[in-house]
Amino acid sequence: MNWTAIWVTFKLASLTAGVLLVVGLPIAYWLTFSKWRWKFIVESVVALPLVLPPTVLGFYILVAIGPHSPVGRFYSDVVGHPLPFTFEGLLLASILYSLPFAVQPFAAAFEQVDRRLIEASWTLGVSKLATFFKLIVPLSMAGLVTGAVLSFAHTLGEFGVVLMVGGNIEGETRTVSIDIYDEVQALNYAGAAKTALLLLAVSYGVLLLVYAMNRKVWAVWPQK
Amino acid sequence: MAAEMIIDMTKTFSGRAPIQARLRYEVEASTVLILFGPSGSGKTTILRSVAGLEWPEEGRIQFLSRIWLETKSGIRVSPQDRQIGYMPQDYALFPTYSVAGNIAYGLGGLAPHDRSKRVAEVVELFQLQGFEATKPRELSGGQQQRVALARAVAPRPQLLLLDEPLSALDAPTRLQLRGELRTLLKQLALPSIIVTHDWAEALTLGDVMAVMGEGQVHQVGKPHEVFSCPADANVARIVGVETVVQGQVIENANGLATVAVNGTRLKGLGSAAIGAAVYVCIRAEDVVVEQAGSGRTSARNHLMGRVSGIAPQGVMVQVTIDCGFPLTATITRGAVEDLGLVPGASVIAAIKAGAVHLVPRSS
Repeated sequence: MNWTAIWVTFKLASLTAGVLLVVGLPIAYWLTFSKWRWKFIVESVVALPLVLPPTVLGFYILVAIGPHSPVGRFYSDVVGHPLPFTFEGLLLASILYSLPFAVQPFAAAFEQVDRRLIEASWTLGVSKLATFFKLIVPLSMAGLVTGAVLSFAHTLGEFGVVLMVGGNIEGETRTVSIDIYDEVQALNYAGAAKTALLLLAVSYGVLLLVYAMNRKVWAVWPQK
Repeated sequence: MAAEMIIDMTKTFSGRAPIQARLRYEVEASTVLILFGPSGSGKTTILRSVAGLEWPEEGRIQFLSRIWLETKSGIRVSPQDRQIGYMPQDYALFPTYSVAGNIAYGLGGLAPHDRSKRVAEVVELFQLQGFEATKPRELSGGQQQRVALARAVAPRPQLLLLDEPLSALDAPTRLQLRGELRTLLKQLALPSIIVTHDWAEALTLGDVMAVMGEGQVHQVGKPHEVFSCPADANVARIVGVETVVQGQVIENANGLATVAVNGTRLKGLGSAAIGAAVYVCIRAEDVVVEQAGSGRTSARNHLMGRVSGIAPQGVMVQVTIDCGFPLTATITRGAVEDLGLVPGASVIAAIKAGAVHLVPRSS
């Protein structure tokens, strides 16, 4: 098995889930609680990666961070090398690609929180931010775990975006799914089978956790 | 300038009559304002606007010297900065926190030592000892109500806002807590605003009462005055209890109390102690008018009196009878003709003891 690819993949998936937990929470909070009438426009943009072919998304990200765009030029001026075909570029693409997998469960969980509890918290002098951490987050825990886990699992299996933005650089942007593809191309079915099985097992385990978390009756460990 | 609460606001919800409330009253250390009205009359919206949870399109809300809302000058004080205690109708206890956690929730500004001291104080005041670690869903309705009140009171608010504080409870608990709540509110020496549609609650708890209907404030006054002297037919219809007079319990046997009202004796249901001051409340449709000198009935109260007023109200007629105190009866036009009722006529007003409601008067 290609352990380097496995390591790159897990690093990518963990960082993506981690960043989305930080970036996704304010977006989900805004989507849930904003009364702006054009909110649906932002909602649609967030959901776009769900329906867009990964190659299309990857293409636009590649163009957006490439040396001909202001963003890409700024990055290479500051860091010293261009963003495409690096791990950082790949991470950025993964975050955008998995955005709905984090934001939608977060927003669904926030939606479930009784507004009257939030109002009660405000009248007790607790700021909106503190209310978010003291009240909304504990009440939305299952949704937050679901979002983090789903974006992790989704990143594990991404292929098209990785190929477009990351390329296939060993130790840098070569992920498990690309490794499997390469093995099959080289007719090394045994090698592909082992890696594929690992990916299958991990994905299944992750989904088990998600569904167990979201059951009314706690299936993994007894609810306190 | 006297210490005052001023509410002057307009709030529109689509598909409903706009709420246009004007209200101003003097606030003392423990003044309780009752916002009284049927559901949909806008009383909860006013309470929520005072709490800062609802933003009127136009108006001004001022509590003592503090302006909380003034649309003209763009002043909008957030609920966090109003120093209020707010208890919504269903309590909204935080399910992830214990009883002590709920009470301590609004005490984030205190040092840990002071915080636990304050929690202990409040737990004792609300008789919640032994429940500190219990989660809200394991408590009875009455206990949940006490926790919600304790949580609202713990940060020492300047104004307490209670939305139907007793309506989620079963009848016996409600009756018991009504009296306790009055004692507690006086003990806390905290001005409060209470939303209710229960006239007994209004009489027991209130110092000032505002009658609401269709989004407007119809009358503001002392509760028993509003009940017995409604400003117009609208208010009379909303409050629904036409006769409210002060009396004193002079006898009490097997739950049947005898009350003296201005020399007239009345029997009513109630467990008030002998000597206790009560409000005697009688609905006009519970009063039967008989010709003087007719036979015995099962009604326990037969009051001799004279008709002092006859006012037609649609198909019904409102007859006022002076029987030591003014008593209002609602009867049909046919009955007025049959009995030949004219002002000055001698009649007997019969009222079943069960229709004579005794509400303890606040001291």
